[in-house]
Amino acid sequence: MKDGVNGVALGVFIFFFLAVTVLGFLAARWRRAENEHSLDEWGLGGRSFGTWITWFLLGGDLYTAYTFVAVPAAVYAAGASGFFAVPYTILMYPLIFTFLPRLWSVSHRHGYVTTSDFVRGRFGSKGLSLAVAVTGILATMPYIALQLVGIQAVLDVMGVGGGEDTNWFVKDLPLLIAFGVLAAYTYSSGLRAPALIAFVKDTLIYIVIAVAIIYIPIKLGGFDDVFAKAGEALGQANPATGKPRGAVTPPEAGQWTYATLALGSALALFMYPHSITATLSSRSREVIRRNTTILPLYSLMLGLLALLGFMAIAAGVKVSNGQLAIPQLFEDMFPDWFTGVAFAAIGIGALVPAAIMSIAAANLFTRNIYKDFIKPDATPAEETKVSKLVSLLVKVGALVFVLTMDKTVAINFQLLGGIWIMQTFPSLVGGLFTRWFHRWALLAGWAVGMVYGTAAAYGVASPTQKHFGGSSKEIPGIGEIGYIGLTAFVLNVLVTVVLTVVLKAVKAPEGIDETKPGDYTADSGDPDVQVELPPATAGSAH
Amino acid sequence: MSETPEVRPPVVTPVRVIIALCLIAPFVAMLWVGSYAKVDPTLIGIPFFYWYQMLWVLISAALTMLAYKLWQRDQRARKAASGGAAR
Repeated sequence: MKDGVNGVALGVFIFFFLAVTVLGFLAARWRRAENEHSLDEWGLGGRSFGTWITWFLLGGDLYTAYTFVAVPAAVYAAGASGFFAVPYTILMYPLIFTFLPRLWSVSHRHGYVTTSDFVRGRFGSKGLSLAVAVTGILATMPYIALQLVGIQAVLDVMGVGGGEDTNWFVKDLPLLIAFGVLAAYTYSSGLRAPALIAFVKDTLIYIVIAVAIIYIPIKLGGFDDVFAKAGEALGQANPATGKPRGAVTPPEAGQWTYATLALGSALALFMYPHSITATLSSRSREVIRRNTTILPLYSLMLGLLALLGFMAIAAGVKVSNGQLAIPQLFEDMFPDWFTGVAFAAIGIGALVPAAIMSIAAANLFTRNIYKDFIKPDATPAEETKVSKLVSLLVKVGALVFVLTMDKTVAINFQLLGGIWIMQTFPSLVGGLFTRWFHRWALLAGWAVGMVYGTAAAYGVASPTQKHFGGSSKEIPGIGEIGYIGLTAFVLNVLVTVVLTVVLKAVKAPEGIDETKPGDYTADSGDPDVQVELPPATAGSAH
Repeated sequence: MSETPEVRPPVVTPVRVIIALCLIAPFVAMLWVGSYAKVDPTLIGIPFFYWYQMLWVLISAALTMLAYKLWQRDQRARKAASGGAAR
């Protein structure tokens, strides 16, 4: 690591940061509907976004700063096994192609803002809806915390994080400022802020990746050299375990893990509240379908980004913390001013998802805990107020989390969050296609999946950690090593199916379904589907 | 049954089978890791394992696009078949 502060890079970074801040506050005036005090307006951007804005928003939302830092870091650490992020994002699109349009339609017919809204309406069960909401909030919190870790990595490499011996306040000040600004414009502009900032973020990211993938291999002597050197470095035995660090292709034994991680992660991603928030903010069903055909452009970028992990190995980047590998590679390879651009891309890349995630978590709290259990007669204006406040609280919580606890805690929780959120899949996606499942069976299946997943993850040890050392473990009955989340999900489905049969046999009360089959295919232009919030009358349509 | 004004087209049609295949193909290709876990042939120095998966990003995008177009046509045909009287 270079000593001292990288002045030029820092200057460029601050320039972009300021530009984005101005944009964030201006966003409040962008495409505003008349009724600004409704949750649809603040929390879903008026449900008005077209294909391109949705594309930027979803891309900015799903491909987070943490992704940019963590995926190449995983490749840097272990080689091929870290590349599972690519098949994962490939599988995601055919999957969401089938169910997201249905969710969009039913949500527009009934004014659902969150997935829990839908689950409550479909199964007539506040308990199940609460389970989905709590899972969503729990899974999102550490994810927000990890965005901070992403910013921290960049600040560290630029030399502004200070050393271990600096006063904690000075050390964390840049992070505090960044988050204070983020919190302020999310509060005032809602989902419009990240939507607008996502344009800047993604443009920067695409430029940086395009330059990096051409410029760095040329400097390192071509891809042949990169992979030859990386293969050599990965093949060396780790002194702690006596096994090689990794390989350029996954060994026979790692293939189950690779496939289950890809499939499990693909199933989980669109269960996250922030993915759904970005989806529901789109204007029509077609916008979503069209997006599943253009979003893969991001997967391509992710693949190129993952290759940077090998370049970091080949370039001989040595860092104590794998997360710093890519920022360090940029600083070593690029001229200072472009390093600043690259770091700004990562930093802003953290702000967009952090904003959307905090809005999504706040919506869940407001709609499915506050309104359902605390104040059933809350007006739309009150809902918006609560949501805005909670979005602040969520961010402060994440900040405290990162500043007071070790980074590994956030990473462990993120790992658990992925396992947890997948357990809401049967209620949500199952519910979108059939009403056959019984609500109590779904709740029981969810509970079993949560408990198994947590216990299994707790029991995984790694050379550096006694618990939560990884996300894969032997699959009971098959004997191969697989992703815990997927195993828990299969258990969850089994329990749900068996209990549904039993509960139906004893004629347990089914709950009221407020949706009709036609709701799942409705599109904008159909009766009762609001295209955009009409002036002033929003909320009174039903 | 000739009395019913609404003749419902079958749920499973050849077009829909093709749509399903387009959507399932990436799962088969990507989850069968053994089929691509190798170094050769390399492309501009990049091992097969990596460029093959990146190629699948493009293939699956094309397949999803095809599924989308076919689905649109299917829906339009169905709407036309059920007659404008419904709305």
